[in-house]
Amino acid sequence: MSQPILNLSPAVSDEVRKTTCYMCACRCGINVHLKSGKVSYIEGNRAHPVNKGVLCAKGASGIMQVTAPSRLRAPLRRVGPRGSGAFEEISWDEALELAVSWMKPLRETAPEKLAFFTGRDQSQSLTGWWAQNFGTPNYAAHGGFCSVNMAAGGIYTLGGAFWEFGQPDWDRTRLFVMFGVAEDHDSNPIKIGLGKLKARGARVIGVNPIRTGYNAVADDWLPITPGADGLLILSLIHCLFEAGKIDLEYLAQWTNAPLLVNEAEGPEKGLILKNAESQPFVIDRRTGMPAPWDGTGVQPDLGAVWEGHRTVFQHMAERYLSPEYAPEVVAVRCGIPAARIRALAAELADEAFNQPIEIAQGWTDFRGNRHEKMTGRPVSFHAMRGISAHSNGFQTARALHLLQIILGTVEVPGGYRFKPPYPKPVEAHPTPNFVAVPGKPLSGPHLGYVRGPEQLALKPDGSPARIDKAFTWENPFSAHGLMHMLIPNAHAGDPYRIDTLFLYMANMAWNSSMNTAKVMEMLTDRGEDGEYVIPRIIYSDAYASEMVAYADLILPDTTYLERHDCISLLDRPISEPDAAGDSIRWPVVEPDRDVRCFQTVLLDLGARLGLPGMVNEDGSPKFRDYADYIANHQRRPGVGPLIGFRGNGDAEGRGAPNPDQLQRYIENGGFYQAHVPEEALFYKPWNKAYQDWAVATSFYETPQPYLFSIWSEPMRRFQLAAEGQGAIQPPDHMRARLKQAMDPLPVWYPPFGDEGTTGYPIHALTQRPMDMYHSWGTQNAWLRQIRGMNFLYLPTKIWEEHGFADGDYARVTSPNGEITVPVAHMAALNENTIWTWNAIGKRKAAWALDDAAPEATEGFLLNHLISELLPEKNDGMRWSNSDPVTGQAAWFDLRVRIERVGPRDQSEPAFGPIPRVVPKGEGRA
Amino acid sequence: MTALPGPTPRKLGLAIDLDTCVGCNACVTACKGWNDQGYGAPLSDQNPYGSEPSGTFLNRVHSYEVLPADAPAQVVNFPRSCLHCEAAPCVTVCPTGASYKRAEDGIVLVNEDACIGCGLCAWACPYGARELDAAAGVMKKCTLCVDRIYNDNLPEEDRVPACVRTCPTGARHFGDYADPDSTVSRLSAERGGMELMPELGTMPVNRYLPPRKKGVEQASPLAPLLDIRAAGLAGWLDRVLSRI
Amino acid sequence: MHPAPSVILFTTLSGLGFGFLAFLGAGCLHPAGLTAFLLWGLGYALAIGGLLFSTFHLGNPQRAWRAFTQWRTSWLSREGWASVLTLLLLAPVALSDWLGLGWSGLPGVIGAAMCFVTIFTTSMIYAQLKTIPRWNHWVTPVLFLCFAGTGGAILAGKVALAVAACLVLAAVMVAGWQIGDRRFADVGATMESATGLGAIGKVRVFERGHTAGNYLLREMIFVVGRKHAARLRVIALVLTAVVPALMLLLAGPHPVAIALAALCHLAGAMAQRWLFFAEAEHVVGLYYGQR
Repeated sequence: MSQPILNLSPAVSDEVRKTTCYMCACRCGINVHLKSGKVSYIEGNRAHPVNKGVLCAKGASGIMQVTAPSRLRAPLRRVGPRGSGAFEEISWDEALELAVSWMKPLRETAPEKLAFFTGRDQSQSLTGWWAQNFGTPNYAAHGGFCSVNMAAGGIYTLGGAFWEFGQPDWDRTRLFVMFGVAEDHDSNPIKIGLGKLKARGARVIGVNPIRTGYNAVADDWLPITPGADGLLILSLIHCLFEAGKIDLEYLAQWTNAPLLVNEAEGPEKGLILKNAESQPFVIDRRTGMPAPWDGTGVQPDLGAVWEGHRTVFQHMAERYLSPEYAPEVVAVRCGIPAARIRALAAELADEAFNQPIEIAQGWTDFRGNRHEKMTGRPVSFHAMRGISAHSNGFQTARALHLLQIILGTVEVPGGYRFKPPYPKPVEAHPTPNFVAVPGKPLSGPHLGYVRGPEQLALKPDGSPARIDKAFTWENPFSAHGLMHMLIPNAHAGDPYRIDTLFLYMANMAWNSSMNTAKVMEMLTDRGEDGEYVIPRIIYSDAYASEMVAYADLILPDTTYLERHDCISLLDRPISEPDAAGDSIRWPVVEPDRDVRCFQTVLLDLGARLGLPGMVNEDGSPKFRDYADYIANHQRRPGVGPLIGFRGNGDAEGRGAPNPDQLQRYIENGGFYQAHVPEEALFYKPWNKAYQDWAVATSFYETPQPYLFSIWSEPMRRFQLAAEGQGAIQPPDHMRARLKQAMDPLPVWYPPFGDEGTTGYPIHALTQRPMDMYHSWGTQNAWLRQIRGMNFLYLPTKIWEEHGFADGDYARVTSPNGEITVPVAHMAALNENTIWTWNAIGKRKAAWALDDAAPEATEGFLLNHLISELLPEKNDGMRWSNSDPVTGQAAWFDLRVRIERVGPRDQSEPAFGPIPRVVPKGEGRA
Repeated sequence: MTALPGPTPRKLGLAIDLDTCVGCNACVTACKGWNDQGYGAPLSDQNPYGSEPSGTFLNRVHSYEVLPADAPAQVVNFPRSCLHCEAAPCVTVCPTGASYKRAEDGIVLVNEDACIGCGLCAWACPYGARELDAAAGVMKKCTLCVDRIYNDNLPEEDRVPACVRTCPTGARHFGDYADPDSTVSRLSAERGGMELMPELGTMPVNRYLPPRKKGVEQASPLAPLLDIRAAGLAGWLDRVLSRI
Repeated sequence: MHPAPSVILFTTLSGLGFGFLAFLGAGCLHPAGLTAFLLWGLGYALAIGGLLFSTFHLGNPQRAWRAFTQWRTSWLSREGWASVLTLLLLAPVALSDWLGLGWSGLPGVIGAAMCFVTIFTTSMIYAQLKTIPRWNHWVTPVLFLCFAGTGGAILAGKVALAVAACLVLAAVMVAGWQIGDRRFADVGATMESATGLGAIGKVRVFERGHTAGNYLLREMIFVVGRKHAARLRVIALVLTAVVPALMLLLAGPHPVAIALAALCHLAGAMAQRWLFFAEAEHVVGLYYGQR
């Protein structure tokens, strides 16, 4: 017998449709292959700027997501008690009219009584605009419990942060250091970048308590104690200052280091000294006299003293040369030996200063000075939630940016690079708008960047204007809102009662809440009058998540392959350092259920409510659907959701709406890129060519060059208020905390979670696996086979100390709760840290899974151990468990103790099965 | 047929870089997706939403901890699939001739029309590369995407196995080990490509590139500019700023 | 390895069947008429029954005929040919005995030899597998051959021979266990060699790659019930060899004693065969940190 004859060139599919993935937030381009009108295979789009053809485990499993049995099938109205699962199917007209009948009276009387929060949302420019036109101040997305510290820390320091704001120069960097990276964020780009570094043998260093994933391939690993990253970074800065290994030229030219700090007692103390024209100034080294900060040829003197006022640089030197940051002093707290800290500082200095790289490309800075080449320092960093989700996360993020700045590695070849529309300093962002007026839209966007106490979202009586208490003294810079405080505050009626909770894709009854069991109680709690404390809940999702059972009205969304979307420059785009980019989703298959794209539903609701911008003058709906909005909405004249193919099809950035725009995007593979000119590729905040290009491409209205804020004036303004200066004053009990947290120079203080932790010696963390996104992956027949349950990983020291064996469970106790969960041993782990994979544990019967699914028996959440409030302090108050600057939920401050309980087969707490709104999944579709 | 073809003119296989693999499982589901609709029977899943799901996958990624005697523990992510052995024991044990090694390029395949599903080839494989599909009753294994790598309907650059095309870190390389100048041959030579379980004499074609040495790199330590305690901040400023 | 009932029944029944057929073919018994019909029938039923049970192990039994094609390389294919040839060779002998045709005994002698060839091919299906060190040893064919010989001798009622065979079988079983227990270490496959990571240090599993089950875990990484191994070994030894030998010694070649001894031996053989699979550790288990 001879070899079988094979058909080596079978037809791959009937048709390929190119759209954007939504198996996580990474927004890769995908080729969706169709056979007989059905999805047959999904692969990465090689031409796409985000993933360049590659695709992760989730993306390639999308075919199981569009056929998942957990998909909701039709609008549902609750008919039994909340949480009972008693729903009836209703028509879309009934559903929309019901929603309007709840919302319309609120808009006319008290718009703030509608709270609209979105979870896994990539259309905030639409949802925020809708809420703004409704007139409620109560709108945000999930950033408050995700990574607002990272984002805001970056904006307030550099005018950008990591991920959508910027990334390492993967092609040139030679030393890459990552801190506390969440393995799902920017996942394929980071993996592609790491691959590039590995392929050319560049060095990768991981600073993380846990050595998995990216840290597993790192060439060196520093098993930092959680919450101490900032201290380690400041110690590195100390070493670099001590040795004079800092980029003085860079500091003098591009940062506020040479500006003078007002030393005069009074309301201006500690602010940047201004001249008669209210402009900051520098002392010119050539003359020793004041000179404009942006003057041509000026050589700012970092060491100047002017009438007793010292430069920011001198304040920096004073602080960071202090022995309190010496490696020998911080080593124990960081869990890293002093010698290793010194070695890392030496490595950074060596790569940055001994091996600079040059690109022969001239450019002109905003002062008009011409530079003949671009000099780079091939050291770069990346950080994410690991440093962000601590109560010192904002200052830690700032510290990391300071480290990048003193090494001169921001916006230079080999360092960190902004992605358009960033850089955008605080001044280029709006301030919060929050004043609710019945029947009127809000005066502007909800979320913004506070410059001083006068921008806090406070009512005249000083009480919070927002239900989540964002932009208050407790968290002045809460730029992403505080979704994690929404339900507790709404339940407590603090600061006021609301009527309707309107949620999109936010699994608040499970993995997206701290203290999950308590939140479930709050959602079903009734007042003395027998009515629900939170009277109405409208929820939109595509799948039967744990949250669905707690809604009164369910608006079923489409899956990502059945819908339009835009990934917009007005929102969270897909830019690269070399090009601005945006993209779309479009229905590559039609839904087989009575479901609608949520954004289309939102526009429909807006039209029915008569919201400005959503109706024509005659009251008819302005937009047919979301696709119509994407192509035709104009935020400013000529500026819409998408920058590509505007006007007659060849206008970029600015131009009239083009009815064929979406078709052009589809023909172009679902995305568009506006390429940054060669001369504008680096030094973007100061590069004239970039500033001009950014204006032309619609990111700014005028050029906005700026200096990096090493010394943060907005922060100092809050310190001043805490010191008693100014008309707007914090409550007395907040003063000490504000003075500490709002330090204008990056600082480190122990995480608040450390207080009162006697008896809770162990740090407990979660990580997101690369193959599972939040709770979404579990319904996926392929992904759940990879990771259908989770273990609590224990370091060798704890494993041996307690005599654990394979198959054992442990009881884990925090000041807030107790869980009993399966454990496994891990050696490559900080010796005082335990951890598990996030969001694997499921409520029984959720997501169309069997009641006995491993996700619901052995799988578990750490959330039960965490509270949105800290334990009561001496003053009898329960402070919020979050960063005092931004309100970022401090998930990673968690401290626990552990005991062995032997083998079991069910994690605790175990909840009963959740009522099913879709039948249990059987075979594969 | 179950006789091995002898040395093949081409030896197609993978080089898997353990220094680069982050364990993301992308290759696992890309493989599942392609082969669910490609060569032979679909890769079925039993009880996919139930308490004990179990399905056929041709590629799995394990995670190991390696404990050096004098350094912190390391984690190594380890993709595992068919190694397309030169002395493939799975081929010679097959009673029906379904299991065979292609004479032209050395790919080990199962002719599913001839497979009786006895499982003996899976028993003979040291690497767990073969999984019997519970729905089709035939043996499934990595085909090295034989329906991609020669496929005229695909653009040239896509004629690589699905796992290689999708790998986000570029930790998987595909090529001809019979050609000493191929990428896989060169990588294997430069990086000390490893055979798995050489003691079993299977002569695997695929090679694993070992993790590079980890640890602190000796940069010369930073010398302080001066004794700050003695010279004070002013002294430091004077020294540091005099360098501009 | 998963001790599937189909393969346990296959190897024990066909082993006993071919063992008994060998005695019939060699002319150790001289049955005639109905007795011949019943005895030959028993031999054939055991052998064919066992072979049929083996097809329950197949994913696509309708294609089983294809298993005859690869006799040049595959022991499983050879086993197919050997069993069919043996059964065909012995058919005229059986007919002759039953119907008293008085045909030549030569095919019977050849058939008897072929019975042991068949047993040998069966054993080599297992013994050839380097991946399962416990099986990959000469003791495996010896064990299978001893089982066939002992079972055949018991059913043939050859008391002295059967008792001697029982003793030899017991010794071979014990030797098999002792050799088998060392085999994995002797072969030298370890987690370090399986992953190639031994040069860095000791290797342990952090995550096994999938929390769901799969074919490999079910089929080749069978660890359930091994804790009863020591007890089962004693039971197997007692039932296969000690009790049948004592029964035959005490009761002589009485049909009832033979039947009971054979049943007892068969039960022991099944226990032994369960252990043969359950205790066999496949090297793929190294990837899962289990054996």
